Amino acid sequence: MSEVLVLVDHVDGAVRKPTYELLTIAKRLGEPSAVFIGAADQAAEVAEKVKKYGAEKVYVVDDAQIKGYLVAPKAEALQQLAEKAQSEGGLAAILIPSSAEGKEVAGRLAIKLESGLITDAVDVQADDRKGPVTTQSVFAGNYTVTAKVTKGTPIITVKPNSATPEEAEGAGTVEEFAATVSDAAKTAQIVASQPRQATGRPELTEAAIVVSGGRGTGGNFEPVEGLADALGGAVGASRAAVDSGWIQHTFQIGQTGKTVSPQLYVATGISGAIQHRAGMQTSKTIVAVNKDEEAPIFELVDFGVVGDLHTVLPAATEEINKRKG
Amino acid sequence: MNIVVCVKYVPDATADRQFESDNTVDRVGVDGLLSELDEYAVEQALQLKEKAGDDTTVTALCVGPEKAVDAVRKALQMGADEGVHVVDDAIAGSDAVATSLVLAKAVEKAGAERKVDLVVCGMSSTDAAMSVVPAMLAERLGLPQVTLASVIETQGDQVRVKRDGDTATEVIGATMPLVLSVTDQSGEARYPSFKGIMAAKKKPLETWSLGDLGVGADQVGLSVAWTEVEDTTARPPRTAGEIVKDEEGSGAKALADFLASKKFI
Ligand SMILES: Cc1cc2nc3c(=O)[nH]c(=O)nc-3n(C[C@H](O)[C@H](O)[C@H](O)COP(=O)(O)OP(=O)(O)OC[C@H]3O[C@@H](n4cnc5c(N)ncnc54)[C@H](O)[C@@H]3O)c2cc1C
Ligand SMILES: Nc1ncnc2c1ncn2[C@@H]1O[C@H](COP(=O)(O)O)[C@@H](O)[C@H]1O
Repeated sequence: MSEVLVLVDHVDGAVRKPTYELLTIAKRLGEPSAVFIGAADQAAEVAEKVKKYGAEKVYVVDDAQIKGYLVAPKAEALQQLAEKAQSEGGLAAILIPSSAEGKEVAGRLAIKLESGLITDAVDVQADDRKGPVTTQSVFAGNYTVTAKVTKGTPIITVKPNSATPEEAEGAGTVEEFAATVSDAAKTAQIVASQPRQATGRPELTEAAIVVSGGRGTGGNFEPVEGLADALGGAVGASRAAVDSGWIQHTFQIGQTGKTVSPQLYVATGISGAIQHRAGMQTSKTIVAVNKDEEAPIFELVDFGVVGDLHTVLPAATEEINKRKG
Repeated sequence: MNIVVCVKYVPDATADRQFESDNTVDRVGVDGLLSELDEYAVEQALQLKEKAGDDTTVTALCVGPEKAVDAVRKALQMGADEGVHVVDDAIAGSDAVATSLVLAKAVEKAGAERKVDLVVCGMSSTDAAMSVVPAMLAERLGLPQVTLASVIETQGDQVRVKRDGDTATEVIGATMPLVLSVTDQSGEARYPSFKGIMAAKKKPLETWSLGDLGVGADQVGLSVAWTEVEDTTARPPRTAGEIVKDEEGSGAKALADFLASKKFI
């Protein structure tokens, strides 16, 4: 069976959940090979994790010489791995997490390999005749599009939460891969990096429940955080809240922030502008609390409360905590 | 300095965006405009020009159908010095890979007489929203990519930007020439002034075809796209939900009941 390269999403060797989702999708398409670009001494630990989700091979690209640079070296390493796989048992697809960095790596790789690229897939299915068929959600979630790659090796970036990780023991054979990285790829330097502080809440893009606040919070996110914590969810925000300096940009949901597709999305003090919808419209269940009954967000909801979030949220939080016992 | 800013013409996001029968984005039947996210790119290009001094030129570059010239005009009204519109029937339906080829060739042509120091892009188009064209341009032009910048600083040919990465806030540094993309956090874009609108009418605006760029019609367009859309389906409208008015705490109870009924509690 042909290989499927999966770029491992990790922070300093800690594997992130989308990796397991990608491996699960990869199994539908061929034989998953995880590609870990990171510190060589973390490889064994990473291999243990990814083999549980079906990785037959784990290619390790030591990033000691390239981690100070943006994107380009990773694209070169993947190109060389793809060519190797191609010449050995064949290559069915390359799956990359749909992060900002992942998409840029994928874009450069598409040009290097002269292969078609599909970004932000929310589902990938195997088709014997066509190869991988992707599903994307476009135009602020108003359309669903299916597509396929018609040239070269399909390169697909996949959004978080696009598959439920399925455990399946793979061989997990570790293979060190010495990539040759050109000087030309080492031109955009990461001069400083400040890791984001952990919030103690679930990762926004991975969370099953998201409670978000907008301009209506008036800058007080306590009621939003309280409800999020009672439900075990993540906290999000509209751009208006971010622009007002009430919350960091990493929490922004929408066209120029994160896209989330949780089981439950609770929008509070958010009007529901098209750019905000773009980031949450595909959520399974949508709830809103807004004091204006005309707010467009109510067009989307499964359940809505017309009321002041400053009273409704704390009371709901108390009620929920009481019921949880 | 010689700055090229890439501006895309997109269907208005607040209008009813649609697909054509061949599954390409309908760019003719729907009102279009300069992609809002590219206004930030124009703004940053203009600020860099203002900082660098008068011998800096900002050229707005757009690849798109006849009507797309509006995007170039808007950039000229905002303050760009020159405009280039690449239009050719063969380009219709191009994917990002082909678009980046046309853009790269156009940047090369724009730099034939005077080297291009900076190619400035938006963070994402508001229609395709792939956020890949800047990285592809860097790849094709062999230039450093400094993408998704929220704060931009230059000193001579050195560029430093701040960006909010997925897991960290980073400072990225590189030397010009380079490809820069900027986010909507980089600062509000200016509105064209009346003076700007009048001045724009006299600014040079060139139209280039694929032939002018040495790109073959067989290298671009729908028929050679490396990806193919099979099917498009409008999202079914959401069924109207239940909406209650909060009266003396009833809203919170009703909300808790709803969440419990859906097993979220
Ligand atoms: C290019 C571009 C990109 C953008 N990207 C994004 C994006 O990624 N994400 C995003 O969110 N926006 C984005 N926007 C902005 C978007 O257009 C809206 O301006 C923004 O979403 C509005 O935020 P809001 O709903 O919090 O504020 P508003 O629209 O001001 O709404 C506030 C709401 O709170 C309600 N409210 C007020 N007080 C209370 C109270 N006490 N209790 C309950 N309800 C109350 C009001 O009734 C109102 O409905 C973008 C815009 C542009 C042009
Ligand atoms: N057809 C085009 N003409 C000019 N610039 C473009 C075009 N397509 C993309 N761009 C530039 O590339 C950026 C990212 O686009 P995308 O990768 O499509 O999300 C945009 O913000 C523009 O600056």
